[in-house]
Amino acid sequence: MGGKFKHIAGVIALAGLVGPAFADVSLNITYLYVETPTPPTLSNLDPEPDDIGIAGAMTGLDDNNTTGRFLNQTFELSTVTIAEGEDAIAAARTALTASPYMVMDAPPDVQLVIADLTEAEGAVLFNASAGDLSLRDDQCRGNLLHTKPSDVMRTDALTQFFVQKRWDSLVMIAGTYPEDQAYAEAVRRSLTKFGLTLGAEKEWAFDADMRRNAAQEVPLFTQDFGDYDALIVADETEDFGRYILYNTWEARPVTGSEGLRAETWAPVVEQWGAAQLQSRFEEAHSRPMQPQDYAAWAAIRTLGEAVTRTNAGDAETLRDYILSDQFELAGFKGRPLTYRTWNGQLRQPIPLVHDRALVALAPLEGFLHQVNEMDSLGLDEPESKCAAFAD
Amino acid sequence: MKSLSILAALTLSTTAVADEIWVTNEKDDTVSVIDIETLEVVRTIEVGERPRGITFSKDHSVLYVCASDSDTVQVIDPESGEILHELPSGEDPEQFVLHPDDRRLYIANEDDAITTVVDTETRKVIAQIDVGVEPEGMAVSPDGKIAITTSETTNMAHWIDTETESLFANTLVDSRPRHAEFIKEGSELWVSAEIGGTISVFDVETQEEKAKIDFEVQGVHPDRVQPVGFEMTAGDTHAFVALGPSNHVAIVNAETYEVEDYILVGRRVWHMDFNANRSLLFTTNGVSGDVTVIDVEKREAIKSIKVGRFPWGAAFRPTGS
Repeated sequence: MGGKFKHIAGVIALAGLVGPAFADVSLNITYLYVETPTPPTLSNLDPEPDDIGIAGAMTGLDDNNTTGRFLNQTFELSTVTIAEGEDAIAAARTALTASPYMVMDAPPDVQLVIADLTEAEGAVLFNASAGDLSLRDDQCRGNLLHTKPSDVMRTDALTQFFVQKRWDSLVMIAGTYPEDQAYAEAVRRSLTKFGLTLGAEKEWAFDADMRRNAAQEVPLFTQDFGDYDALIVADETEDFGRYILYNTWEARPVTGSEGLRAETWAPVVEQWGAAQLQSRFEEAHSRPMQPQDYAAWAAIRTLGEAVTRTNAGDAETLRDYILSDQFELAGFKGRPLTYRTWNGQLRQPIPLVHDRALVALAPLEGFLHQVNEMDSLGLDEPESKCAAFAD
Repeated sequence: MKSLSILAALTLSTTAVADEIWVTNEKDDTVSVIDIETLEVVRTIEVGERPRGITFSKDHSVLYVCASDSDTVQVIDPESGEILHELPSGEDPEQFVLHPDDRRLYIANEDDAITTVVDTETRKVIAQIDVGVEPEGMAVSPDGKIAITTSETTNMAHWIDTETESLFANTLVDSRPRHAEFIKEGSELWVSAEIGGTISVFDVETQEEKAKIDFEVQGVHPDRVQPVGFEMTAGDTHAFVALGPSNHVAIVNAETYEVEDYILVGRRVWHMDFNANRSLLFTTNGVSGDVTVIDVEKREAIKSIKVGRFPWGAAFRPTGS
């Protein structure tokens, strides 16, 4: 017995001496939140939580620090909130002088100005809020990674579902806000990519209060669509979409921004260990985890994973590792998540959900790709005009 | 008359002493008992919410089940199926391992980043050890000196000194480690990484990684080849490795660390256990809700047995115990 005990003691000593030599790494990450005016919506249901995005970053930070305590690695988050009318660029400049790591919830044009600052040279920035395709295309920046999927990744996911279901007769109602129009454009692009077309398209420009009138207005509004397989709603501002369901002239499924939705993340995702992330998040923030939270979580965890594996704290090493084929993030979506080396987009499966359950996870079976099935979603290498990652 | 005699035969087979495989059904709150002779489910036992980890005491006189959503480990009389009592397990117990002393249970508390050590005799918590995010895989060395917890989001194997109930080493593995086993008389530790798609082999003496096992199933994208549970054949010559959503089990040569074969089983194969002489292997297939029986020598799936919803863990119970 005494001999065996000695053996254990020996093991402990060895662990201290020859174990991997992990130095102390401390990473400061800025979370930059630029407030933007949100348009008024018909319904007062579902107000946006004040801590949207930030809460996801906090959970990511906790995950990083729990791991970090075994490796003498610590992570800190400084949240910078820019009220409307305040100078986001000056704040970004100050933050980047202190640390090259920044997660942004900001409009795309603001993100681009920040990425082009001299202070941002060699920085590792994350777009956790904007789905604009141009940021992954001709407007891409080598120091800007995207954990938020592009709108097109989401509409490609939805379109794969249409193809699989053989719903080839489609119509669309689009709102008038820029976000709605961008989503509608992504839908058109995806349909073309997978060989489908829109039978008809209408613009939602009503100003009546639909809580009173939906039952009367929507049947009439959708009557002239005739017959179709599914109705796509482009209502990213969540203004009118909720009143379309069950009020259409024809009894047909509603998809897009309402009904069956292709989302970065949703509270109904519970497979692939996701239930654990959901419960961890909910316990900490007393609300369900939303897509924006997921994108912020993934950005913070990306940095955490890179620090864990490289034991480095400098931006160059971390960026190289993140874009290498060694990097993989376990993102609770059933597959390892990696970054597209041609435009910095995080490759990820897209859940197709309704409010009560997960319906499918794209890429759907049968949508093959010569490199990675996940690249059947969004801008693929041959189509991307991004050259900033070419080095 | 005919149906009566069948009934009589069925009753007989349940009372006869045959070896059994016990399977937890995660989404049914039940345990299915499979008779190894007839390869049929002969009993279904109601347990707590979301049963996952399952193991017997040394003499197989009691069964331990992690009832994850009931936040408890249930102690069950395998004869009657009755729940004898519950053990304080910490929150959300997922997997556990029984120490060779037949007394201490090392339990992974998935939601709390903690490993709880419970004395099954006094029914008290002896220690709680901080580990990484989402602890899951649990193992204990044959000499009982080292316990292992793997943490899924921290991506580590945490080495616990069972004398002091504290960590003495933490080793990184690939993404989402799920299962750990000591093999070759405790000289090697194997850890599977679901998302990483690998098994890391550690030299226990030095805690250094000495090999890494990769998998490749023809016609299945590498992302979907996700090693989870595994068990060793007699003499630890080969490992049978469940590859999750690839719906295959791999057979790994434990000397060369090369994969020799792949066997198609049910959907989302998760954990497994052998019969007494390790000639048959029983795998739980979560999505298809069944158990595949594999002939170990022929390396063939010979039968699939319908069990409850989302079968998770499997444990062998021998004759006459």
